[in-house]
Amino acid sequence: MADQTLHVLIIDDNRLRASIIEDGLSSGGQIRVTVLEETVDLLRRVVEIDPDVIFIDLENPNRDMLEHMFEVTRAVRRPIAMFVDQSDQASIEKAIEAGVSAYIVDGLKKERVRSIMDTAIHRFKAFQRLQRELEDAKSELADRKTIERAKSLLMRTRNLSEPDAYALLRKTAMNQNRRIAEIAESLILAAGLLGEENDK
Amino acid sequence: MSKALTQVRAGFIPLVDAASMIVAKELGYAEAEGIDLVLAKETSWATIRDRLAVAHLDVAHILAPMPVAANLGLGPLSTPMVVPMALGTGANSVTVSNGLWTALSEFIAAADFDAGNTLEALAKVVEQRRQRKDPPLKLGIVHQFSAHHYQLAYWLAKAGINTIDDVSLVILPPPLLPDALASGSIDGFCAGEPWGTVAAFAGTGVILTTNAHIWRNSPEKVLGVRKEWMETHPDVLPGLIRAIYRAAQWCDATEHQDELARILARSEYVGQQAQLLRPCLSRRLKAPNGQYVHVDGFLNFASKAATFPWRSHALWFYSQIVRWGQAQYSEEGAAIARDTYRPDIYRAAVEPMGVEVPSANSKVEGALSGETLTGATQGKLSLGPDKFFDGSVFDPERLEDYLASFKTTS
Repeated sequence: MADQTLHVLIIDDNRLRASIIEDGLSSGGQIRVTVLEETVDLLRRVVEIDPDVIFIDLENPNRDMLEHMFEVTRAVRRPIAMFVDQSDQASIEKAIEAGVSAYIVDGLKKERVRSIMDTAIHRFKAFQRLQRELEDAKSELADRKTIERAKSLLMRTRNLSEPDAYALLRKTAMNQNRRIAEIAESLILAAGLLGEENDK
Repeated sequence: MSKALTQVRAGFIPLVDAASMIVAKELGYAEAEGIDLVLAKETSWATIRDRLAVAHLDVAHILAPMPVAANLGLGPLSTPMVVPMALGTGANSVTVSNGLWTALSEFIAAADFDAGNTLEALAKVVEQRRQRKDPPLKLGIVHQFSAHHYQLAYWLAKAGINTIDDVSLVILPPPLLPDALASGSIDGFCAGEPWGTVAAFAGTGVILTTNAHIWRNSPEKVLGVRKEWMETHPDVLPGLIRAIYRAAQWCDATEHQDELARILARSEYVGQQAQLLRPCLSRRLKAPNGQYVHVDGFLNFASKAATFPWRSHALWFYSQIVRWGQAQYSEEGAAIARDTYRPDIYRAAVEPMGVEVPSANSKVEGALSGETLTGATQGKLSLGPDKFFDGSVFDPERLEDYLASFKTTS
């Protein structure tokens, strides 16, 4: 039946994240997903879309505005934030940890909402992980560049071969129980202060 | 950090009036009380509320009416809250776009922030727009349960301007308001500093009037404490109150203004240049003519009992919550609002410091036309002025009469 379909609205200016969530929700069946990337004329859009559930990034600065709209307008069926009763504290916590907030329109079957909420939380977490991996990859690249610079510095100032320069960095890192990149960074910093690093 | 310290997680929004909480951490006042104060900068008041609700935060720099609203069960995800101290008074301005200023300036003789004159001018412009069938002015506020909302609506209502048909209110977090003003999506806003000054410096806005002109030394932010946390940490809260009290005294001292501006300017705090923070801290705001004008009673961190949680403030907010239809009046509701503020906890906490504390829990708001010495626990304490711009008075003992007065005038 058509009226069994849940209409989910995702408000997110992060296109990648929105599509990850959309993808997860759509595969569940009997769910229609609309994504709003911008919040211009938000109230009119929400009224037009008439969703059953709204997902929005917890950090989205427009949340205060959204809640105010729900409060003052009669044009949109009044949604409530997440779940209301105390037994739902755990789901609320999970959602906030994952960085998602949800507004749920009254009169819905709670269990169905709960399952799509779980999916959304799952997807938000997946996005967080993806973002972390990207950042790690970025910093790994930066680490490698730093080590390269420290190596060439050692080769020049101490007349070491490349393998010896690396071995020295590694030995120092092991002795001090620090990462090679950290040692490399402090070496470059120190050289910079002493005016030894002229190649950069 | 030493292991002996108790961790307290505190949320804040980037505003000048978060200073006493920030300084409590930065200058070691919290640590001296055995507290490792962990500050979390948030993007919206809703996030502060939600993180308090799920215990990601223990306490927060929060809009003074929000804990009252939470205890009344208004708005989503409300959690029982306690207000054991205020985080100062004032520091708000009403800032308008250059376009609106041009229209207003025709009717404004002196550029001195006067709340009465500027309101008359605004009423004329609103009327002009009505006749021309222009859309209503859009004014930004930071939250529906905010001192800004109630001060702005109180001020406008005096000239018969209502915030539904005559002007429309738009809610945005403070840091986004100057951009919204610059892009023309709003015509003005009422927000805490530095955001009025940010717009004035950028040349995209003009500071029209301030909260001090609408209601002198008016309440603004408080320390919102999750009730459950207070009950499980009875020995931690008094130390936190003392730490913030000492920090607030430090923030008030003229000789610390430059250092305070430098601390607040850092990206993890307000994240704006120190020169944009100094006008507020020196209580000298940029007037429409470009001159800097001293605003008496614009901002107090500690002096004039600015950290005392007056129950009359809680009740005034309740009166406005009812006035604007956010809740129905009930004696029970009034009691919930009043009891949200806890002067008893405040007194017990600061007593060992030997400082002056008001001996009353409430005062008649708007009754002090100048600085006045009043009874305090140790002797005398300087309060006020606390006048409303229209000269009216709020007696918390006569809440229902006060509410009735709005029905006849608005």
